[in-house]
Amino acid sequence: MQKINIVDTTLRDGSHAVSHKFTLDQVKDVAAGLDQAGVDYIEISHGDGLSGSSQNYGWALTSDKDRLAVASNVIKNANLTVLLIPGIGTIEDLEMAKANGAKAARIATHVTEADIAEQHIKFSKKLGLTTFGFLMMSHMESKAKILEQAKLLESYGSDVVYMADSAGAMLPEEVGEKIAELKSNLHVPVGFHAHNNLGLAIANALAAVKAGATYLDGSLRGLGAGAGNAQTEVLIGVLEKYNQPTKIDFYKIVDAAEDILAPIATRPQIIDKSALMLGYAGVYSSFLIHTERAAKRFKLDPRDILAELGKRKMVGGQEDMIIDVAYKLFQQKQKEN
Amino acid sequence: MEKIGVAIVGPGNIGTDLLFKIRRSNCLDLKWVIGIKESEGIRIAKSYGIKTNITGLEPMLEDSEVKIVFDATSAAPHIENAPLYKAAGKIAIDLTPASVGPFVVPSVNIDKLVGEPNINMVTCGGQATVPIVYAVHRAAGAEYAEIVACISSKSAGPGTRQNIDEFTQTTANAICKVGGAKKGKAIIVLNPAEPPIIMTNTIYVKVEKPDCQAIEKSVMDMVKQVGSYVPGYRLRVPPLLEDGVVTVIVEVEGKGDFLPKYSGNLDIMNCAAVAAAERLVAAMSGKVGR
Repeated sequence: MQKINIVDTTLRDGSHAVSHKFTLDQVKDVAAGLDQAGVDYIEISHGDGLSGSSQNYGWALTSDKDRLAVASNVIKNANLTVLLIPGIGTIEDLEMAKANGAKAARIATHVTEADIAEQHIKFSKKLGLTTFGFLMMSHMESKAKILEQAKLLESYGSDVVYMADSAGAMLPEEVGEKIAELKSNLHVPVGFHAHNNLGLAIANALAAVKAGATYLDGSLRGLGAGAGNAQTEVLIGVLEKYNQPTKIDFYKIVDAAEDILAPIATRPQIIDKSALMLGYAGVYSSFLIHTERAAKRFKLDPRDILAELGKRKMVGGQEDMIIDVAYKLFQQKQKEN
Repeated sequence: MEKIGVAIVGPGNIGTDLLFKIRRSNCLDLKWVIGIKESEGIRIAKSYGIKTNITGLEPMLEDSEVKIVFDATSAAPHIENAPLYKAAGKIAIDLTPASVGPFVVPSVNIDKLVGEPNINMVTCGGQATVPIVYAVHRAAGAEYAEIVACISSKSAGPGTRQNIDEFTQTTANAICKVGGAKKGKAIIVLNPAEPPIIMTNTIYVKVEKPDCQAIEKSVMDMVKQVGSYVPGYRLRVPPLLEDGVVTVIVEVEGKGDFLPKYSGNLDIMNCAAVAAAERLVAAMSGKVGR
């Protein structure tokens, strides 16, 4: 049976849940724990990818470069991985990552915009990095559209193509159908990135495996944007019960979650009303904390902001529109009073 | 007022839209449209009795009535063409990413560029956001400025898509060089929603002296000034100040000349190019300033 490769994104997607404030010691400890447990790919970047540290997405406590450098010192077997979103990061960031020990890069675009990744995928390949093409917000498009865009990523040289449920809005049957479509029409392996906003992260990851995905994302304790990702240690336990082999030691990954990650997490990784609304309205998970802030600033119900963002079909990276929507709702309320 | 002769090189989508805008100008006279093949743009130019050529720049270069050339080709051809315009004594307004000459944002720095042989129109995001960065800077001092431009997927052409890094780097550069910020960052997002969204631009500026009133007045004045040459330029969110950071959101709707209204990003480049040319003309005829 084909081995499932695990990409742990605690130190990338999980960065959202700590408002991008990981310390270098925390990065070192988590990376070492993941490596010792046998994780294949350890992703480290700002939550919004390399160079994501900004007013719009949140300032990171430490630089991408320093976090990569400390991790690369402790990683012995895993592939140190970065994520880059074209439009935010540039090819210079990939060079920096390579120089600081990255072995793999994931290039992420909105599900309809794969062609803006051509420049970065080709450059990443030229640097000798294992390169993943990564389609975000896949709940918004049909399987035919996802396949069309996935084929572009494959044609640029991607070694793996990922489908991401960035809003945690998909149901298992939908994940299965869309992954099966990719699996039967692509030559490269297929992966899936889940969010838990509807409580379906593990179920969706399993549906992806059943449909042929051989790469799965997870994070310790589920740490991530919105209600978080598929919880890596749970995923490993569940895959073992399904007799799906991975390289990961179950006890060691559970210990890494319990002993290293749990003390670091600053907010409970639960499905609260706003997180649930993300999945329900199909809104990019990273909007959560920014929306809560805007709701407080303008004295609004965060659910109203998220519902409007969903209605406007905002995509990943449009965190600035949270202020736009909040300001409009605030003005409306002023008029009504 | 006597009109000054101008030419368009590269009558693609942008160049053809530009044709309509130049024809409305009361000081620019479109003499030539130069393409590389028979096209919609060439056909439209002919229908208005404008001279066209598809086999080279020469007849236009030799026409002494042409003083200003709008180059709407792409980076590589512009780099080749730029010395030819200069040798022929024509001012080049470069709408490509070539950046042969200095950046121009008409509402900020056109007066300093009179006499330059070649000026570059930065990017659509730069034309929309640099005026606001500058407006905040002149009122409060800009330590850092960051912009997020969102355009509809349909309005992003293959050139932008194949080199999206060029957008972020050039725009960030102009935020500092023209906008006055000590440090700059630019982000671009493409949104495929249907019907297509109009261009939105968010500008964040970390200021040295958080003087609310001065910032608000300066920004309002600037929005009005940009609006005088970009009819669809509007404020969505007025300056909000929090923790020393000013947030402003503006939108740009196109006029719908040749391109659809949602392509405000393309419209603003052309509007700014025409405004730059008109101000250069005013300077040439001795009426420097605005």
